[in-house]
Amino acid sequence: MKHVSMFRKEYAGRVLVSICGVLMILITLSIGAFLVYKGSATFTVFGHSLGDFFLSADFNPSDSASGPAGTVGAAIFIAGSLLTCGLALLIATPFSLAAAIFMSSISPRLGQTYLRPAIEIFVGIPSIVYGWTGLTVLSPFIRDLFHLPYGNTVFTASLVLALMIFPTITSVAADSLAAVPVSYQQAAYALGSTRWQLIWRVMLPAAGPGIGTGMILGLTRAFGEALAVSMVIGKTRAFPKNLFSSTSTLTSVIASNMGNTFDGTEYNSALWTMALLLLLISLFFIILTHLLARQGGGGKHGPS
Amino acid sequence: MDHRKHNQRLDRFMTGLFYGVAAALVLLLVVFAAYVILKGFGGLTPEMLTFSSKGVMNQLFNTIYLVFLSLLISAPLGILAGVYLTQYAKAGKLSSLVQMSIETLSSLPSIVVGLFGYLVFILMTGQKWNLLAGALAVSILCLPLITSTTVDALSALPVSYLHGSMGLGATRWQTIRRVLLPAGRPRILTGLILAAGRGFGEAAALLYTAGMSTDINWSNWNLASPTCPLNPFRPGETLSLHIWAAFTESTASDARAIGNFSAALLLLLVLVFNLSVRQISRHFHLDAKNR
Repeated sequence: MKHVSMFRKEYAGRVLVSICGVLMILITLSIGAFLVYKGSATFTVFGHSLGDFFLSADFNPSDSASGPAGTVGAAIFIAGSLLTCGLALLIATPFSLAAAIFMSSISPRLGQTYLRPAIEIFVGIPSIVYGWTGLTVLSPFIRDLFHLPYGNTVFTASLVLALMIFPTITSVAADSLAAVPVSYQQAAYALGSTRWQLIWRVMLPAAGPGIGTGMILGLTRAFGEALAVSMVIGKTRAFPKNLFSSTSTLTSVIASNMGNTFDGTEYNSALWTMALLLLLISLFFIILTHLLARQGGGGKHGPS
Repeated sequence: MDHRKHNQRLDRFMTGLFYGVAAALVLLLVVFAAYVILKGFGGLTPEMLTFSSKGVMNQLFNTIYLVFLSLLISAPLGILAGVYLTQYAKAGKLSSLVQMSIETLSSLPSIVVGLFGYLVFILMTGQKWNLLAGALAVSILCLPLITSTTVDALSALPVSYLHGSMGLGATRWQTIRRVLLPAGRPRILTGLILAAGRGFGEAAALLYTAGMSTDINWSNWNLASPTCPLNPFRPGETLSLHIWAAFTESTASDARAIGNFSAALLLLLVLVFNLSVRQISRHFHLDAKNR
């Protein structure tokens, strides 16, 4: 009798965990399906073309629920996202690499006791706190430093984003630097390299794919960040003239306007289309990391 | 000879540079945290510490309650999904599909999850903003984190645990419940705490799910009432949303001070949580060594 219940539990357990596994697939698929369903309305219900959305800077969708009544050009927001995130990556990467190299090659002891904990705490700081500090401290500082009429600029947003993504890049880069075989280092030193030559000529190239993965993960986080960016980007609907003018991003326009629109209107659909675009961008980044991982896997057999 | 000297000088210069950058980064964290906390508490008025519409204590309670609810949902699901992936899934289409899903979920922008939650948990159920919808949205963000730490925890265990237990005649399920999960508990717990930390700071996913208002009557313990603190179907603005509100509705004269204090409180909450994780994992680490 006891055996029967034991095996019944075994099967019940197997079914239970399998359901949980399949649930992951269901959640992901339903998020994708709902986004495609809501996001495609701009093109199917309201009859806009892909060009109207991607290439036009004219964003003035209507609150009506039928026909192309307004315009849905998202080019400004796409450009704003690309510019702020790209710049953030440019700012963060050198610092991340320096920190990662410090932890792996310069002083692992100090790195482990001070720098790594600090970076792990950086990751945990909520992005809204970064955004608020950017708004109340960084933005006025930049306004005064560069004598601007206002401090909410592309540059400010990039700095805030850079601070947010630098820990992500650092920890992935540090892991991949630590994974470089010791024999590489021994060989480089035996050939008379200095430590910097070792780092620059051997370690960084060998850890290249891993560093690339870290940069993509950082970029993913930057693209998805909504509220912190909204706080410091200024939210004007124009292409930025230079790094010290304000603009809007995909996430900031969704975050600030979704609450003012009604379900099923043209405006609402345009925002969903942008959310769909964000999903597609993050899928693209995932594919990119897989390609890089495959490259890194091939590199294990010998220096390329 | 000159070439060599140049190389050595460059090497020394770069070493100094790396030390400088590392010190600057640690300093930046310390200064940042100290600044946010000191500035927040510097503008503190006694009113802010009250459980009223002018204080932030209701928001603090909502934050903790919402994270509690979302862990209640995501912890069992995530841990069981991790068990599925390590113990039951055969290498094949289904398990790689689950893995792909987890990866996709973990890289989703939280605003996208927020919109999904808004559509499914608010619009389609016909509810107003409520804590449970927010907790469900945060659960979606926590699930991949909990699942992957569970997978890590279970696959790091020696395979002899599994063999020993099965050899004694235990079923797989008994082995999982009595041997593997207890042995992997410290790392799973770390994953849960990390997920909680993520939940505390989450804002974009809650904007259109948990809502931007809160109205709690602390003497009302009737769970069905919309002002009962523990009713999950009431709107529940969290600390992070309160900071957002201090930005969007900055017309109030003390919005700046309230935002500063909320940010300080939130940062303090996350820091305390983070440091306790370190203590716990160190404790377990020592425990394992002493055994």
